[in-house]
Amino acid sequence: MNEFLHQLLAGLATGGIYASVALALVMIYQATHHINFAQGEMAMFSTFVAWALIDAGLPYWAAFAATVVLSFVVAAGIEFVVIRPMHKAPVLSVVVVFIGLLVIFHSLAGFFFGYTIKPFPSPFPADAWYGSSLMSAHEVGAIAVALGMVALLFLFLRATPLGLAMRAAAQNPGSSRLVGIRVGRMLMLGWGLAGAIGAVAGMMVAPVVFLDPNMMTGVLLYAFAGALIGGIDNPIGAVLGGFIVGVLENLIGTYVVGTELKLSVALVLIIGVLIVKPSGLLGKTIVTRV
Amino acid sequence: MASLSSLSTPPAGAANFATQGAPVARRGHWLWVLALLLLATGLTWVLKGYQLFQATMVLCYAIALLGLNILTGYNGQISLGHGAFFALGAYGAAIAMEHGGLPYWAAIPVAGLACLVVGYLFGRPALKLEGLYLALATFALGVAMPQLLKYKHLEAWTGGVQGIVLIKPDAPWGLPLTQDQWLYLFALGVTVVMFLIAHNLLSSGTGRAMRAIRDHALAAEAMGVDNRHYKSMTFGVSAAFTGVGGALSAIAVQFVSPDSFTLFLSISLLVGIVVGGLGTLWGALFGALFIMFVPNLAEQVSKAAPWAVYGVVLIAIMFVMPGGVVGLLRRMQTALRARENRGG
Repeated sequence: MNEFLHQLLAGLATGGIYASVALALVMIYQATHHINFAQGEMAMFSTFVAWALIDAGLPYWAAFAATVVLSFVVAAGIEFVVIRPMHKAPVLSVVVVFIGLLVIFHSLAGFFFGYTIKPFPSPFPADAWYGSSLMSAHEVGAIAVALGMVALLFLFLRATPLGLAMRAAAQNPGSSRLVGIRVGRMLMLGWGLAGAIGAVAGMMVAPVVFLDPNMMTGVLLYAFAGALIGGIDNPIGAVLGGFIVGVLENLIGTYVVGTELKLSVALVLIIGVLIVKPSGLLGKTIVTRV
Repeated sequence: MASLSSLSTPPAGAANFATQGAPVARRGHWLWVLALLLLATGLTWVLKGYQLFQATMVLCYAIALLGLNILTGYNGQISLGHGAFFALGAYGAAIAMEHGGLPYWAAIPVAGLACLVVGYLFGRPALKLEGLYLALATFALGVAMPQLLKYKHLEAWTGGVQGIVLIKPDAPWGLPLTQDQWLYLFALGVTVVMFLIAHNLLSSGTGRAMRAIRDHALAAEAMGVDNRHYKSMTFGVSAAFTGVGGALSAIAVQFVSPDSFTLFLSISLLVGIVVGGLGTLWGALFGALFIMFVPNLAEQVSKAAPWAVYGVVLIAIMFVMPGGVVGLLRRMQTALRARENRGG
């Protein structure tokens, strides 16, 4: 029983990371209806930047803040320079652009920081009061950070005028423009937020899996699955989906098929759920008039 | 508001080349094809060793891309996991030759047939999934395939991590050709056959039904097109084409192993059809050239970060020609005609 509890909680901890990346995916999906396949690599690159800052002697939280701000700016810049000119292109062309971004970030991270695996510090001290034999302090911290980000994002989108403008721009760009909302800026803001959320997720995952350019490839896949299973148009659903995928992955890996096939089995299960419930657990069913 | 299914329906203005994607055989068109074919045959005696191998691989990729294009370009179903069918075709041919004792030319249709069946069986439940969800499902297939090939209970057939080693066929009937030359000519023959099949399929009623489903599934259904049948059948046919490409590549490489069919292959295939031109037959050829040669070129530009160069090239191509190479060629052709009309 203790072992099961341990696996369950460890699943929740990795789920928190998937949830954060899923949240970043949803931010961009809501605004532009694109899945940013480069999200994981962008987060990985941000984490390398944080590592370089810490390595240069900055205290952890200063490096953390600087990385989040920098990631926000870079992601917003990517929207402006690369994605915006493509807004009339066929969807698959945009997908290919994302793949291009993915390989660029991957390659640049290896080029600047090398392919050797690096340890990354955790901000949560190992002997903190919230750590226990069931869950390490870092695991608890990572879950708390993921939940905190959802809460903040929820408040931002629901309770601030800027959040309202952002939602309006995502839902009906034409009318939003007419009432004076700068839709382009809202898209940039959405991308920036996604970049910042991804950076936080990267810094949370790096102490667990260690830092190297391949760090986020699997995470992105799980986050994508989590976002779809929870409902890609719903931030809370995405976070829930991320946690579900994390727990599922851990339990299947431990009890059912072993680590070899766990990825495949987890994906098959997720697709099974989607066949029964195509718009995800909390997603809106989209009805199109023809 | 763009719905999820927008992945499968290209926006009308941006991709109008795709809506007229019917492979029309204009007069004079066939002359070009003949010239290209003669050129390709001539290459047998021009290229040497490794170049000949590369040319053979381009043909393999072209067939595989043709398959993916039938699915994504003509039927509007996205696949991020077609590398799985490429792998299945390669392994199918390798197992048929190694364990079934079939000659190489018979192993290829067997592999194609196996992929047809598996593709159909996968396409059937995938009918419920569209756009992003189908992308995830096929992505899962691409992830699962290398793991399945390594799976220990299948090792007796697949050779596990070690894979299967094949022997290169000799030229038959005492033809004065080296093994590489013969293999290239053989691949060229298979490519021509596959392009002919694709061309005829797409200009038939079946092809029209496939395009109708892509452009407007509901309207197609109302016109009496059996969506379920055509969509799952297209999945099977597409898998069969890609499998034939994979089978040929297995014979050319003389070796199959799980690690040669990573997710990167699936993504390269998708990149290939978009760069070549979605919903066009010739796009497969341009796409194959791209995925074969651009990574090498990128390495020559920058040894330290070749993939960064590759990514930049990819994005630049999408900026300059969002409709792929064929899209650009068609735009130039239209512009040229317009000028002629003004002039005359």
